Amino acid sequence: MLNNFVLPDTLPAASEMIVCSMALLIILVDLFVSRSQRWMVSLLTILTLLGAALMTLVTADGQTTLSFGNMFVDDLLADFLKFLTYFAVIMMLIYSRSYLAERGLDKAEFYVLVLFATLGMMVMISAANFVTVYLGLELLSLSMYALVAIDRDSVRSTEAGMKYFVLGSMASGLLLYGLSMLYGATGTLEIGGVAQAVNQSEAPANLLVFGLVFTVAGIAFKLGVVPFHMWIPDVYHGAPTAVTMFLGSAPKLAAFAITMRLLVYGLFGLAMEWQQMLLIMALLSIGLGNLAAIAQTNIKRMLAYSAISHMGFMLLGLTAGVVGGQVDPFTAVNAYSSALYYVVAYVLMTLGTFAMIMLLSRSGHEAELLEDFKGLNKRSPWFAGMMLIMMFSMAGIPFFIGFFAKFSVLLATIKAGYTWVAVVAVIFSLIGAFYYLRVVKLMYFDAPVDTGPLRSDIDMRILLSINGLAVAFLGMFPDTVMSLSTTALVRSL
Amino acid sequence: MEFKTVLFYIFATVLIVAALRVISARNPVHAVLFLVLAFINAAGLWVLLQAEFLAMILIIVYVGAVMVLFLFVVMMLDINIERVREGFWRYLPLGAGIGILLAAEMTIVLTGRYFGLENLPNHSFPADYSNTKELARALFTEYYFPFELASMVLLVAVIAAVTLTMRSRRDTKAVDPATQISVKRADRIRLVRMAAEKEQGE
Amino acid sequence: MDQILAPVQALLGPLFPLVWTLLKIVLIIAPLMLCVAYLTFWERKIIGWMQVRIGPNRVGPWGLLQPIADGVKLFLKEIMFPAAADKKLFVLAPIMSIAPALAAWAVVPFSDGWVLSNIDAGVLYLLAVTSFGVYGVIIAGWASNSKYPFLGAMRASAQMISYEIAMGLALITVLMVSSSLNLSDIVRAQDQGRFAAMGLNFLSWNWLPLFPMFAIYLISGVAETNRAPFDVVEGESEIVAGHMVEYSGMAFAMFFLAEYANMILVAAMVSTFFLGGWLSPIGFLPDGFYWLATKMAAVLFFFLWIRATFPRFRYDQIMRLGWKVFIPITLVWILVVGVWMMTPLSIWK
Repeated sequence: MLNNFVLPDTLPAASEMIVCSMALLIILVDLFVSRSQRWMVSLLTILTLLGAALMTLVTADGQTTLSFGNMFVDDLLADFLKFLTYFAVIMMLIYSRSYLAERGLDKAEFYVLVLFATLGMMVMISAANFVTVYLGLELLSLSMYALVAIDRDSVRSTEAGMKYFVLGSMASGLLLYGLSMLYGATGTLEIGGVAQAVNQSEAPANLLVFGLVFTVAGIAFKLGVVPFHMWIPDVYHGAPTAVTMFLGSAPKLAAFAITMRLLVYGLFGLAMEWQQMLLIMALLSIGLGNLAAIAQTNIKRMLAYSAISHMGFMLLGLTAGVVGGQVDPFTAVNAYSSALYYVVAYVLMTLGTFAMIMLLSRSGHEAELLEDFKGLNKRSPWFAGMMLIMMFSMAGIPFFIGFFAKFSVLLATIKAGYTWVAVVAVIFSLIGAFYYLRVVKLMYFDAPVDTGPLRSDIDMRILLSINGLAVAFLGMFPDTVMSLSTTALVRSL
Repeated sequence: MEFKTVLFYIFATVLIVAALRVISARNPVHAVLFLVLAFINAAGLWVLLQAEFLAMILIIVYVGAVMVLFLFVVMMLDINIERVREGFWRYLPLGAGIGILLAAEMTIVLTGRYFGLENLPNHSFPADYSNTKELARALFTEYYFPFELASMVLLVAVIAAVTLTMRSRRDTKAVDPATQISVKRADRIRLVRMAAEKEQGE
Repeated sequence: MDQILAPVQALLGPLFPLVWTLLKIVLIIAPLMLCVAYLTFWERKIIGWMQVRIGPNRVGPWGLLQPIADGVKLFLKEIMFPAAADKKLFVLAPIMSIAPALAAWAVVPFSDGWVLSNIDAGVLYLLAVTSFGVYGVIIAGWASNSKYPFLGAMRASAQMISYEIAMGLALITVLMVSSSLNLSDIVRAQDQGRFAAMGLNFLSWNWLPLFPMFAIYLISGVAETNRAPFDVVEGESEIVAGHMVEYSGMAFAMFFLAEYANMILVAAMVSTFFLGGWLSPIGFLPDGFYWLATKMAAVLFFFLWIRATFPRFRYDQIMRLGWKVFIPITLVWILVVGVWMMTPLSIWK
């Protein structure tokens, strides 16, 4: 047994190794740096992610490579998503630097946990086996639970961490149970093997459906769609804004990746079944998310409900892949790439919006109420403009990136024959536009409560400006990201 | 009946009784001890299956470490078991329903094509067969990647636990004796030289 | 031997293995109990001499009947139950504490082939069985429903778990170099090497190449049995006698027996894992049980010696030693041994 073992090809996982070993190194480095040299830890973390990005870029050859006994897959979709993940995390780190420092949260543990969470996302993105899906998810979730509760002196943060932990463990349990049912039905843990067994209809259908229900429930929890959304508002609200920003951005990419891997790659044969489930969840999320967001006075809570509705929109894209039991590659790619495009756009907008909240926050003051945005135009017309772009884009007003994301998803839905679904989704996003525009109204037409100038670092200002302009201009040229998404999917399917 | 079969029934019976007592015991400490008993019997069943490594690890890790800490916590908590039991009858139908569903699903899996009793390989290994070595080979070759990932998950758990519990509480008034006794006069007293002031208004 | 046993076997038929095994168990337990009794006597004598006293010398010649007298006294005393105690667990605790101390002897090889159960997972069995021991202390502490026993139980559970990790990790290096979990094989693996070929067998035993592990195992063994200087569990001056406060008579004696049986067990383990078990130290001398007995006696003397010499550790010092000193050292040494075994310099081929 030992003799015919071939050492696995580790090159596809080189970026994972960089992140992992640097995380271990950073814990040690922290022992030897003093309080005033803390910036080194933050810098090392960013350099690590840049190094990983470089490594992913260098090793991206567009081929689908399986490694580690078919547990790890490196394809163009994985490279694309990982690349976006690194940049989402880097942006989060730059945005939150002074926020964390003012609250004494810039401990090395924060950066190490962020790196481990990133590693978890990378493993999820590259998972080709149920075991790696689950382990990646646990790595991400465990780091996240700790990050949410990292501000131990805040009761809300601790409570949010506890809630997230309890509900998250239950969701992991559901997913694990579903995966083990699928294993019981197909006799294999490999996603490719499961797909084969399902296609050859070897597996008992009742078991597969049982497994599917639990798996979808687990994924739905991680994405935070109705009816598994209960944790989102409390956790978004309770966590320190930097952590909320992290939680709301990069993990959505990873959650999209495991949805693709498990449902589209693994259980494509059952597409008609899971599309039904996703459709119901998507409509409920869009409805509930948009309606509940109107009633919020806290902008973090409002964005939490908005996240629920956005994830619902993203799921709509996934439900349009297979029409009437017929598999048409063009329709499928179109639908899935619209969902991918939606996630990318959403991550970009979320990062910008939470960055605005941190920009307005000072030591001892969280600018998390809608009131804090009153009269922002008088204090800083430029950043009021940035927030305007974010809000318009989230509301889906042409011609920002959010508009094209919604547009392409709706187009795919209509092509799949669900015209009524598209109509319902449009009506609810029109309702939803109300609360985004309310923020704009507060910024431009109300008198400021707090008239002090904005204080922030120059790097954050530059990055936020780039972020805002990207949301604006990528909307004008939607084809760039869209064609990247499509290529990534076509080359990996 | 073979001796092994007799042992199997003894272990299985005690295991089930102990497991039932875990949920029916009125005292949480008793419940934990019954859980320990259940683990020991499960280990016995594993030994009968010639999986001696798993059996021993179950005892070393769960009985020897996890349950001790569990007991540690349960003993210190003042759990009012009557209050915990309050909603028992109200939640019973839902709980029973889920339980029956899970049992049904497991039945389907365990009688299915891959995990049905007749489809499993026959377990009879020679006396010098080492379960430990086989497991080690599998873990360090085929399952190397998930094995390392699992170690990362554990490391994150350690870091998370330390991060969340090790903190300097702001409300604590404890004094560090070492810093207290190493205080110098200069730290506490500042001598100020100032000119004598004349009283005003004369 | 087989010829002598043949008629007995014919007489008993299918029951023979059972009877034969029970007989062997008695053959191990009975001398063990005697050793335990005289270990207590030996301890009092040695500490006496070290403190320039005489020690027990009244009962029998040179005080030799003292342990018998102690035993009789404890047998005849009444077992008292505290009013608010959990009776069943109160009785269970001493049993839980002595049972693992005795059960562990099943896999200890006394000489080549002289072992009750020669199983391949011997080391795992040992670790598993000894990890039960802590339950006796915890249950006793909780069932007594009194504050000193409870504090003792808390201390015990933390201390025993901490040092079990260090012990387990120290054993890993032994397993690595002997590539077996069978205790007899571990002893035999120490009988080869350059020094053994030169006739200086004692330099080939594991204690020399794995010296840090040997030291850690020995010290952790003391902590694991809650002996001085790690005896905060029953620290008389702090918490009276810890978990044993409420016990009297034979129930108390059981804890006492368990402690000394555990000491002898740890001595046997140290001798087996690091000091070559039944092997003779010099090439031309024959191997045999007496070497194991000599080594165990030496290790036990060491235990008594440090008890008479060192003051008790503070609780946080015990925890720091276990977690911040021993565990990192063992982890590093596992790496060192692993690398060493892979280089051409490896002495364990």
